[in-house]
Amino acid sequence: MKKTLIPTALGLVASLGLTTAALAEIRLGASISATGPAAFLGDPEAKTLEILVEQLNAAGGIGGENIALVLYDDAGDPNKARTFATRLVEDDEVVAIIGGTTTGTSMSILAVAEDAEIPFISLAGAIDIIDPVKRHTFKTPHTDRMACQKIFEHMQNQGFTGIGLISGTDGFGASMQAQCKDVAGDFGITIVADETYDPKDADMTAQLTKIRNAAGVQAVLNPGFGQGPSIVTRNYRQLDIGLPLYQSHGVASDGFIELAGTDAAEGVRLPGTALLVADLLADDDAQKPVVTAYKAAFEGKTGIPVGTFGGYAHDAFLILTDAIARADAAEPAAIRDAIEATTGLAGTTGIYSFTATDHLGLDLSAFRMLEIKDGKWMLAE
Amino acid sequence: MKLSAKTATLLVLALLVAVTPFFFPSGYYYRVGALIFVNGIAVTGIVILTGYAGQISLGHAGFAGIGAYACALAPVHLGLHPALAVVLGAAISAAMAWLVGRPILRLKGYYLGVATLGFGILVSMVLNNERELTRGPDGIDVPELGLRTVLKDWGLELTNGQFWYFFCGLFLILGAWLALNLYDSPTGRALRALHGSEIAARTVGVDVARMKLQAFVISAVYASVSGSLLALQNKFITPDVAGFMHSIEMVTMAVLGGVGSILGAILGAGILTLLPQVLTVFAEYEQLVLGLVMMLVMIFLREGLLPSILRRLRGTGE
Amino acid sequence: MSELLQFLFSGVTVGAVYALVALGFTIIYNASDVVNFAQGEFVMLGGMITWFAHAAGLPLPLAALIAIAATAALGVAMNKLAIEPARGAPVVSLIIITIGASIFIQGAAQLVFDKQIHSFPAFSGDDPIRIGGATILPQSLWVIGGALATFVGLWVFFTRTLLGRAVLATSNNRLAAQLVGINTNFVMTLSFALSAGIGALAGVLATPITLTSYGVGIGFALKGFAGAMLGGMGNPKGALVGGFAIGLIEAMTAGYLSSQYKDAAAFIMILLVLFFMPQGLFGRKSTDRV
Repeated sequence: MKKTLIPTALGLVASLGLTTAALAEIRLGASISATGPAAFLGDPEAKTLEILVEQLNAAGGIGGENIALVLYDDAGDPNKARTFATRLVEDDEVVAIIGGTTTGTSMSILAVAEDAEIPFISLAGAIDIIDPVKRHTFKTPHTDRMACQKIFEHMQNQGFTGIGLISGTDGFGASMQAQCKDVAGDFGITIVADETYDPKDADMTAQLTKIRNAAGVQAVLNPGFGQGPSIVTRNYRQLDIGLPLYQSHGVASDGFIELAGTDAAEGVRLPGTALLVADLLADDDAQKPVVTAYKAAFEGKTGIPVGTFGGYAHDAFLILTDAIARADAAEPAAIRDAIEATTGLAGTTGIYSFTATDHLGLDLSAFRMLEIKDGKWMLAE
Repeated sequence: MKLSAKTATLLVLALLVAVTPFFFPSGYYYRVGALIFVNGIAVTGIVILTGYAGQISLGHAGFAGIGAYACALAPVHLGLHPALAVVLGAAISAAMAWLVGRPILRLKGYYLGVATLGFGILVSMVLNNERELTRGPDGIDVPELGLRTVLKDWGLELTNGQFWYFFCGLFLILGAWLALNLYDSPTGRALRALHGSEIAARTVGVDVARMKLQAFVISAVYASVSGSLLALQNKFITPDVAGFMHSIEMVTMAVLGGVGSILGAILGAGILTLLPQVLTVFAEYEQLVLGLVMMLVMIFLREGLLPSILRRLRGTGE
Repeated sequence: MSELLQFLFSGVTVGAVYALVALGFTIIYNASDVVNFAQGEFVMLGGMITWFAHAAGLPLPLAALIAIAATAALGVAMNKLAIEPARGAPVVSLIIITIGASIFIQGAAQLVFDKQIHSFPAFSGDDPIRIGGATILPQSLWVIGGALATFVGLWVFFTRTLLGRAVLATSNNRLAAQLVGINTNFVMTLSFALSAGIGALAGVLATPITLTSYGVGIGFALKGFAGAMLGGMGNPKGALVGGFAIGLIEAMTAGYLSSQYKDAAAFIMILLVLFFMPQGLFGRKSTDRV
């Protein structure tokens, strides 16, 4: 047995090498939190990538070459994310990475991507991912800072000067809470009450009561994602606080309305992307075709209503494939340059134009202030 | 020449660290190896606490968190070199273990478990909430250790992956050597005695409370160093490192592989670290498989994988 | 005053869920000396199965009943397959087994159901009831009522029925119980079924308030466990009081001190109780045979 072991092993290794060389394909890597505390976001992201890769390959791939997607599930653990990123770079030899559902995982992945000089498009919200700008890291979602600015802009128009803040203690909530506190002053708004809740909590009436009793509160803002905001919204209705409630883009999905209940969700405002109001878009809106196509593909394949998170993955894939098509070669350096040269690319989240100093590519206009009326998304005035 | 258990263990570990890189197809395997060694350090501490002294801790990740964040914060706020930050982290962990251990170790069984659980959760909560200091749940950057560049200046050029693989491997061998020495020492014998029966140990003059505390403090230092090494190699750390799930992971690794033996615990660490990497195709089933493995091994191979396997090989039977 | 009342209502609502989970812990601990870390998963299953059945078209009461029955069956299976075979194993092994069971059930739930968040309609509507300037949801009353009714039912069962007393006898001394003719196997099965059923009931009652998804089990398990410890492990009265106490401590801390550290308050309480009153509020001081 020992005599044949080594030759067999060598043969296997050789054949592996041969097989990978034979297929001309573009290897794309992804590390997404499809399970774990962010599964609610990661699951649609993973499904979106799989659907889009299948779609693209069926249509002939890019320049005749198929896309091979190597998708790993980091379960929201930044340590695992780093290991998978290392695996994608060193073992799977991908030319680009999409992923990082949460900020923590994104920061881990980008460390590896920057070291290996491979382009990485993140799907997480924190501004720290692209500010300061890192050469190979881009991102598709609006930053939490922009969400705050959009919300405060609306509040300022409504004449509010004092608000209450109730945030989840998870990464998204805490980060957005910090950004909002930072920019509130620019819009003449003071935060008079500042409460938090654990994302797994079942009842926030205590915190909301404190906010209601604080003097000078004219509206309430809830940065968070997952089930927390739904419970906050229901508690809000239960306590009959009566002041306008603003949510974050972390709950921009139909699932939120369903969980909070149409009654409680009535009148809630949040900054959403075109994806949620696809039917309300003007026919000449640049985003309408992209949004409608994605909505049809995703809902058709999975039966789950679209949400912005899947949209982030869609846009990342769009940016990447668009760049690969334009690049001189399907090599990391060329792809990176092509991504940075992207202008006016319409995605579901907004219209992207990257520059050497702007790896987000979006401005506030891509965000639309939405309001929930009768259980449906409407554009807020 | 019959090898003592101690020499055999150290030899196996040294061989593992030195020889396996020859089989690595790519740099990624160095990363996995380094992670296994880091986890191995933590579980060696658990072996001392749970295997030798028979005390349960469901909150040891709290010490890993202290070690990790010491490396993130001390260089920035105190101007310490990251290597010294590791020592600082270990010192703080030891101090905390000493403070918390004295009242906690009076408890036994599930009560001890829940008390340590509470401690671990409190540490992770502080790390999570004190955003001003720790940057909160999104995590914080950890400064570069700098040892790799020093080695490069001396002529030894290693990739990042290679450096951390051997560096952590070295720490693991050192930690195992210390733990094995402890086993044979009077302290170790006292620990094993009180594991068997606290009352009996007391009657022969063992200062049970003090011994338990020593084991707790020592294992806390192991966890702290493990956390520090993780933070330094990732150059980034989040409060999850101190979380409840990480504590459970540490205990599971040790118990799965065999909490009575260091090699066994390291085997457990290896298996659980490799599991998500191996199951990537079946990522959907990972939790299912993990839960199943945990239950099956504990029911059928009660002492853990390594002791059971060794028993089979020796042919002595049950 | 109305503020305090609101905090009270908040604390009592979540406290009731914790109390039910703690009761479940207590029953299994009494029967088999095992702390079942998978208790929280029974709560999750109660909620998820009800949602699943209801979404498939079944009327809510029937869906709830199916959920409770199915979970009780799962509890029995868990005992037969995971706990019984490991009798006599050291505490740390038992902890790993039940945590393994918890992870296994979560993994299965992800596959059988999905990873999204779900809920179902409240039993008697969503209109809050106004008392003294504070509001409470009708569903909260269901949860609190459920916890109290379960406790009373268990009390009657354990003290007034022969079967209940057989359960107590078995938990006291298994061998002696067998010697007087008690079918201890049946008693064990019953205990696990009861405990799982109570957990599922908690899930069914609480989901309209707390929402449910495959990962909610751990949170309930930790808090419920803390409550059972606080009240004295093994004492049903302690479980009830402990569970409500944890809920109230949380709400009061969130209301008057810091919402960020409200979970910490509960755990600090536990640590204090364990240091100064190690057997819990209602536990008996135990003596060990040497």
